[in-house]
Amino acid sequence: MEEYKFLTYNVGKLNPVSATEYATVGGYAGLKIALANPSAVIQTIKDSGLRGRGGAGFPTGMKWTFVRNTEADQKYIVCNADEGEPGTNKDRILMAEVPNLLFEGMAIAGVAVGATKGYIYLRAEYPYVKEILLKALDDARIRHFLGKNVMGSDFDFDIEIRSGAGAYVCGEETALLESIEGKRGEPRYKPPFPGVQGLWGKPTVINNVETLCNIPMILCMGADFFKALGTPQTTGTKLFTLCGNIKNPGVYEFQTGITMRELFEDVGGGCPNGKKLKAIQCGGASGPIVGTDKLDTKMSIEDCNAAGANFGAGDLMFIDEDQGIVDLCENLMEFFEEESCGKCTPCREGNFRLLELVRKFKDGTGTETDLDTIEDLASTMMDASLCGLGQASPIPLVSAIKYFRNEFLEGGNY
Amino acid sequence: MANDYSYCCTKASDPLVLAKIAAIAAPYRGREDMLIEVLREAQPIAGNAVPEEVAAVVSEAMDIPRPKIYGVATFYAMFSKEERGEHIIRMCHSAPCHVRGAKVLLDAFEKELGIPCGHTTLDGRFTLETCECLGVCDRAPAVMIDDEVYGPLTPADVKGVLAKYR
Repeated sequence: MEEYKFLTYNVGKLNPVSATEYATVGGYAGLKIALANPSAVIQTIKDSGLRGRGGAGFPTGMKWTFVRNTEADQKYIVCNADEGEPGTNKDRILMAEVPNLLFEGMAIAGVAVGATKGYIYLRAEYPYVKEILLKALDDARIRHFLGKNVMGSDFDFDIEIRSGAGAYVCGEETALLESIEGKRGEPRYKPPFPGVQGLWGKPTVINNVETLCNIPMILCMGADFFKALGTPQTTGTKLFTLCGNIKNPGVYEFQTGITMRELFEDVGGGCPNGKKLKAIQCGGASGPIVGTDKLDTKMSIEDCNAAGANFGAGDLMFIDEDQGIVDLCENLMEFFEEESCGKCTPCREGNFRLLELVRKFKDGTGTETDLDTIEDLASTMMDASLCGLGQASPIPLVSAIKYFRNEFLEGGNY
Repeated sequence: MANDYSYCCTKASDPLVLAKIAAIAAPYRGREDMLIEVLREAQPIAGNAVPEEVAAVVSEAMDIPRPKIYGVATFYAMFSKEERGEHIIRMCHSAPCHVRGAKVLLDAFEKELGIPCGHTTLDGRFTLETCECLGVCDRAPAVMIDDEVYGPLTPADVKGVLAKYR
């Protein structure tokens, strides 16, 4: 199947750090459009139906409206480049290959809401991406696409990069803000939402890398063009990361609405060594583990939700017949137990206990009662955890029990 | 015995090292937001760690209370209080690498280096750690040595990869 290269069109074709090369293929034309008519930007984004690509799927235009409508002497655009969800690699590709697309998206966001300063919060595991971003930023400033008087206008906008230091929770937007401020990355209570009180208490737009990369494309191609791509409620394209037991792992761009089966068979080439597919984890480490009966689900937010799968950031991990589901659940719970920041009790204690319970099934001592306890605890965590980490971390386990209950009760000897 | 693997070094008490770290931190006096960046730059000079001596110097130079620095240094996985080896081997053990044989690969690293995970070789050259997703799932199972990514690796590749650093 041929990819639909919308955001990735220039991947591999351009010198990533050259703003001039980017401009010769139509780059920064979207920013020019925005500068000519700042007040029209948000309506265009709203009309396009663009929803956040970081996993939550919040309508981008609406998010920006909150920030635009909040009065403040300073506003910020923050790019969430803390791509920490295991099984998600798409933002790395965009930043390493088309960094100027991201800068342009951030600058347009700045024009739209009245912000003059942007931050890219980059995860620590991508030091080689940081080098590219720094060089590209320098070049973009020299060519006046960033800095004072952007493209000869009276609008100023500059971007700084801030690195994480290894913390999954910093992908949560308020934890990320804490980390940019130089603190422990512990989530804040909401409200107030970042759109009202974000970075240093100022109204802040926080968007995922891929979301921001869509912005210049929408302004250039028009909202109607964008809206015609993909499914009705998840318009546009998506970068899908395929990983796990699959022949051709990697990042591929398609219109939303492509099925899991197409991604698995036609794009991914199936499981290696002729193995049979047993399960799919969709939407990253905190997404549900589902059986192969879900393979015909269309990859869009609405279709995934209806099927009990999860669109997330568009990542699919394929699990072949050699893998034990209980073993996988243990691995996932170890991850959440390690990455829980410890601020709120349901997540801190809950993940610890869930790991303990999964291990009982690993060594064959788990019982039906333990499965009930897991479900009970999971529902408390989902309801009572402060942020998405604790709210979502029980999902893979609960879904795995639903689809592979026997494996848990048969001593986990798979 | 765990002690057999403990790696002793006194980099953090070397006045020259501390002076260098003070110089890194000084321009950011009062800039708490730069703390993580400063610690990241300081860490490789101080034996790949942020021990108390380093925290004290940074605290003085940036005018940030020491408990705050302790809080930050112990929160993020990439900081260590204990001194580590010259090269840090970070073996991804998140699910996408796990289902592609990360455990077997980790065993091979342990065997080749002669240390269990979490320890430093006696010559101080390598520290072996596991970490969460490196964001290179298309190269699973993957390993990061300092800033360089390797993968997909099989146990047979381990010797060759390490040879570059020996």
